[in-house]
Amino acid sequence: MALNRVIARLDIKQNRLIKGMHLEGWRFLPKPPGEYCKQYYQQGIDEILYIDVVASLYGRDALIELIKETTNNVFVPITAGGGVKTVDDAWQLLRAGADKVAVCTGAIKNPQLITDIADRFGAQCMVLSVQAQKNKTSGKYECYFDIGRENSGLEVNEWIAQGIELGAGEILLTSIDREGTRKGLDLDLIKLVSEKINIPLIASGGAGNVAHIGEAMAAGANATAIAYGLHFNSFTVQQAKEALLAQEIEVRQTW
Amino acid sequence: MVKIAIIDYGMSNLLSIARAVQTTGANVSIITKPEELEFADKIILPGVGAFPKGMKALNETGLTDEIKKQAAAGKPILGICLGMQMLLSEGTEIENTPGLNLIPGKCIKLPEIDSFGNRNTIPHVGWEKINTQDQNKSEFDGTYMYFVHSYFAKPTDNENILFTSNFADLQFASGIQKDNVWGFQFHPEKSGEKGLDLLKLFCRAF
Repeated sequence: MALNRVIARLDIKQNRLIKGMHLEGWRFLPKPPGEYCKQYYQQGIDEILYIDVVASLYGRDALIELIKETTNNVFVPITAGGGVKTVDDAWQLLRAGADKVAVCTGAIKNPQLITDIADRFGAQCMVLSVQAQKNKTSGKYECYFDIGRENSGLEVNEWIAQGIELGAGEILLTSIDREGTRKGLDLDLIKLVSEKINIPLIASGGAGNVAHIGEAMAAGANATAIAYGLHFNSFTVQQAKEALLAQEIEVRQTW
Repeated sequence: MVKIAIIDYGMSNLLSIARAVQTTGANVSIITKPEELEFADKIILPGVGAFPKGMKALNETGLTDEIKKQAAAGKPILGICLGMQMLLSEGTEIENTPGLNLIPGKCIKLPEIDSFGNRNTIPHVGWEKINTQDQNKSEFDGTYMYFVHSYFAKPTDNENILFTSNFADLQFASGIQKDNVWGFQFHPEKSGEKGLDLLKLFCRAF
């Protein structure tokens, strides 16, 4: 399996960096998103993840500009998503400098999109983004879409199995319950999914300190996407990686 | 200022490579016509996609002959990803296709099953170490580079191997070199500062 990665997740609204809780209640951060990325790159980040939460409403122009700007001084892979509904939407992001495209709502509404993107650009470009929330009654994890607002009713592992069958090359798994809480990632969810798949798994939602990242990887995540912890300077990328190395979890060292 | 021409034949993300090469202080131009290669000090051949399609594009634009001519004249050439694969004599992706034949060898598919019978995940995507015994490149020995590929280079002569990397239990040539012709399977433009350092090495070598 591929090397463990520490990923910076930047949720974007037009050209501003935002951070919410449970994928809502967004607040703006002060600096332009590109500046955060540059800083994380200098600290040794392995990948950048941009999710435009309003692309469905306002189009992708802001995100495209942001990706182009980012490639000026960030030389690691970039994954971008937000309102991708067609192969051409994906192509626009890739052409701007993204290496991979994350698709959530577009894939739930039209599963064939997964195959179309994978066939055209390769499975490695097609990241299936899954927004999971535990159903308090049934205890099952269900897949949401439209930035966590709508419940598809699909069970997480069933949808992921179907997505992989259709051509997804990587899974971005966001826990809506933990997102923005800094209480740690949902380890039960990570275990549930990682045991069933043999493609890379990015776990997202809840990383509040460096120990949480190691816990997620020990539970089976191949990568952890961090937002709050980095954006609010709780820790640096290097501190996160040093903690992982101390637990004998191998990561790329840049210092 | 060293003038670097990046060849655009419609099959790569030129923006990322151009910006990475610019960080080395080189003067970068993106070219589409064979006659433009003459004016460059060095040439970069990028590429993402399938071998036959890439060679077809180079053949139809007359770039194949010009690249060969420039290589024979001693001009430094760096192939990246598919660009590296096309430096070899032959590709085996989809159908056997003649390559640029600047470095003897073949481009073949990564093994679907390892020697223990376990299934490998292809394409091979992610950060992987590169290793070298070359004293002049020892600063890169054991550093991580970013890979996205399903095929790999098998040079005929081991002396043309510049870097090695692992995929499951296969050790393969992740960098190749014959005199003025270099090739990297990984993406130096997506491999952080060490990747930029490697590009710098190429831009400043010779």
